[in-house]
Amino acid sequence: MKRTKLFPQLMRAAFLSFIAALVILPLLATFLGGFKTLGELRAAPFGIPSEWSFTVFVDILTGSAFWTYLRNSLIISLSAVVLTVLCASMAAYVFAQIRFFGSRYLQSYMLLGMMFPFATAIVPLFFQINRFGLLDNPLGIILPQTAFSMAFAVVLLRSFFQQLPKELFEAAYVDGCGYVGFFFRFTLPLSTPILATVGTFVFVQSWNNYLLPLVVLNEQSLFTWPLGIMQFRGEFIVEWNRILAFVSLTILPALIFFTFTQKYIVAGLTRGSVKG
Amino acid sequence: MRTDGSLTALILFLPPALLLFTLFVIWPIFSAVDLSFYKWNGYGDVTNFVGLRNYEILVKNSIFHQSLFNSVKLLLASIFLQIPLALVLALLLYRKTSANTAFRLIFFAPYILAEIATGLIWSFIFDGDYGISAMVADKLGTEPFYILADKQWAFWTIIIVVVWKYFGYHMMIFIAALQAVPSDLVEAAEIDGASSLKTIWYVKLPMIMHAIKLSVLFAITGALQVFDIIIPLTNGGPSNSTHSIVSFLYTFGLARMNVGFGAAVGVVLFALCVGTAFTYKRMAIDKGGQL
Repeated sequence: MKRTKLFPQLMRAAFLSFIAALVILPLLATFLGGFKTLGELRAAPFGIPSEWSFTVFVDILTGSAFWTYLRNSLIISLSAVVLTVLCASMAAYVFAQIRFFGSRYLQSYMLLGMMFPFATAIVPLFFQINRFGLLDNPLGIILPQTAFSMAFAVVLLRSFFQQLPKELFEAAYVDGCGYVGFFFRFTLPLSTPILATVGTFVFVQSWNNYLLPLVVLNEQSLFTWPLGIMQFRGEFIVEWNRILAFVSLTILPALIFFTFTQKYIVAGLTRGSVKG
Repeated sequence: MRTDGSLTALILFLPPALLLFTLFVIWPIFSAVDLSFYKWNGYGDVTNFVGLRNYEILVKNSIFHQSLFNSVKLLLASIFLQIPLALVLALLLYRKTSANTAFRLIFFAPYILAEIATGLIWSFIFDGDYGISAMVADKLGTEPFYILADKQWAFWTIIIVVVWKYFGYHMMIFIAALQAVPSDLVEAAEIDGASSLKTIWYVKLPMIMHAIKLSVLFAITGALQVFDIIIPLTNGGPSNSTHSIVSFLYTFGLARMNVGFGAAVGVVLFALCVGTAFTYKRMAIDKGGQL
């Protein structure tokens, strides 16, 4: 820092703080809202509650619906992560390490998936899921989510696997290790950062997904949390303190998770953008 | 072929990914094209072939026109509001200091929030009885303004929320690009006496042009796909004035079981996404030359 003129520095700080306030205030109002009475929520939506009331939170946390939604979402998202990371890394490994006829065509074929938004195919997807008897079944969400993450995951993983030194495989081959064994014993353990990146990305996408569960799930006991929260809103239409408390309880874990994994999320995002 | 197990790996490792991808991505896309030529309510056999009738209805549908127009508005807001804001913030924050990291974390946080939760939070903020407008109305002693139910202004709320949610995402792309600009280039310009504005204009911006163009591409495909944010905020209302293409598809295709019609909307959306992405890529990215 050679030039630290005071005025530009102050302007910079003021501007950044202003934008930060615009981001934080709605979140703060949400977190505080659950502790307020309805009257206070109306009078001072952004203020500190004059009396902290915990009843709304206690109601939600002692009821079963909240935990059911959370558990359903967790099962679906974790399964989608495991399945995507496993299938995509196996395919990416073959594309990166083994030369075979048709490899290029298959890769272009998978790349098509980068261009399809979920919504385009949602109508026939619904009937496809129905045909497999997977409506009102977590698998009806897990499998399509995995399929739609596949292209992105394969592209990221393949470019990483290609950078692994070839000599490593030659050495392992001499010791009697084939391609299959090499994948599990060397490739996967050497690739934990990129596996974490792909995994975090798939998790966030699956966790936040609304359209697919909306179409697939009818039975309330199977609802994921975005469906549950909309259901909850329908029940307590103007009781904003309840709704805000429910929102707080679902976004707080997400924000904490994000603070710890943002390195991986940003890596996935910028890697994807560099590749185009 | 060597006896190194490459054939085994091929047979074991490829099919799961290919199978899932084909069954749940490729097959439905093609099936959408097929279904879009039929009138079907979802029950029984698909026999009522109507040719291009679904597309005809769609092209004449004024709500669909509105939702296309809404996507264009979102796109313009993204290009003229969101991306410039993200660019300014990226230029202010790309150096690695702990204060910068903290700001980056804050600005990126909305991107991680679920769209549904974001929509709910803002529907509270904009609610005429409880949020900002209620507070302002109480202070001024006037009637509250129910912006979410106002045909003229409701879509502005969606624009605001979309900008709020995604500016940090574009900022992160620019930051990554700025950090990759060789620092000796910037230093050389500074030694030659270039002002910081000139350094930005003649050195930094040209060097990250590629990232900016990609950002615009993401903004285009993103604007076409907005859905989750709209549902809790306006649900497409008042009187269907705030639909996006996807919420239009859901409301008039899936929810009412107009299967053929919904499939046709999906096909049009697909064509728009791929078409604009390809044209844009051709025009801006491949020809651009830089990087």
